[in-house]
Amino acid sequence: MATLRDIKRKIDAVKKTSQITKAMNMVAAAKLRGAQENMERFRVYAEKFREVIGRLAAGVEQDGTFELMTPREEVKKVELVLLTADRGLCGSFNNNLIVTAERFIDRKQSEGVEVSMTAAGRKGRDYFKRRRYPIRRELTGLLNKPNYDDAFQLGRQLIELFLDGDADEVYVIYSHFRSMVKQEPTVIRLLPIVPEQQDELEGGREYIFEPSHHELLNDLLPNYVYNQLLDCFYMTAVSEHAARMTAMENATNNCKDMVRDLTLTYNKARQASITKELMDIVGGAEALKK
Amino acid sequence: MNMAEKLLLEIVTPVRKVLSEEVDMVVAPGEMGEFGVLHNHIPFLTKLKVGELRFKVGNATRYVAIMGGYAEVLPDKVTILATAAEEATDIDVIRAQAAKERAERRLREAKDRVEFARAQAALQRALARLKVAEKRG
Repeated sequence: MATLRDIKRKIDAVKKTSQITKAMNMVAAAKLRGAQENMERFRVYAEKFREVIGRLAAGVEQDGTFELMTPREEVKKVELVLLTADRGLCGSFNNNLIVTAERFIDRKQSEGVEVSMTAAGRKGRDYFKRRRYPIRRELTGLLNKPNYDDAFQLGRQLIELFLDGDADEVYVIYSHFRSMVKQEPTVIRLLPIVPEQQDELEGGREYIFEPSHHELLNDLLPNYVYNQLLDCFYMTAVSEHAARMTAMENATNNCKDMVRDLTLTYNKARQASITKELMDIVGGAEALKK
Repeated sequence: MNMAEKLLLEIVTPVRKVLSEEVDMVVAPGEMGEFGVLHNHIPFLTKLKVGELRFKVGNATRYVAIMGGYAEVLPDKVTILATAAEEATDIDVIRAQAAKERAERRLREAKDRVEFARAQAALQRALARLKVAEKRG
């Protein structure tokens, strides 16, 4: 049986752990608030943007005029952008994303499609690197402070990849933030673009475009890609913080349970040792009497 | 003309909603030239260049520096999707001035066309901010 001192030491250790997890929980909560605010602000812009592009793209013929919107007849190579967190201690968050990526890759490979990966986030990168999976590019630190420049840089490279024929399709796996307790790994196709179709204007009125419809759409499409990426960054960042918050809260609760159990064991052991000592004394006294 | 008929002007950027207000008239820096919008304008979609946007509410005119973007005009609504935008009163003049000087220096020292173009764009943005800032009421 563990000695009293051992149990005492264990209790102290668990208490210290719980202090750390509690602090991490609070840090995650603060970061979550900030990230969520940024996400909401960007959402206003992104949604408006989607609307505009949806209207512009409505009725565009799939005749290859807009390469970014034209599906390839034969898909041989796809690029997968996997977003994960740079850090752990956030429950199954990273693992869920990685599993989704693995399933995606398996499915594509079984169809005879080559998949190469852009690993955005340390956890996903480490995982696939350990398994010697070919990684075209690695990026880290994207989710600390999601910003337009990062989305722009990555987006431009992906567009280049697509236009050069090094990728026939580009997918992104990110974590969709549904609620505090639900973050879903989600796969979306980034390229070729499929704009959401928009209802026509009331009364069937048509827009005047300046410059031409063609130029405007060509100008907007790459921006649409950047926006989509930034949206994914924001979502994943918020999800990460939410996941970490939940994980740390659970950890703190587990610590509390452990401390309670250990304290009970400790008291029992203390009681037992006192009883034993008493017995010894009484036994000794009895022996002396005789 | 019925003056009561107003337009909803909305200016949004990736980082924030700059403005959402009922206005009487909007003048924006379109890529093919400045254009004005009153109520019941026909649907219109255009690219914006870096410059000054102004709008009228009653007799007051207010100014916003626009760092390029797109504008969508509907009969009762104007939506500006700007890369960045600041109202005259929100502009940090000292920062814009510093940005202007930095851009000018980069323009002189530019070694290739890309660098030159970047410096030029930065200068344009700084100038637009300064110009608009001068008009704060």
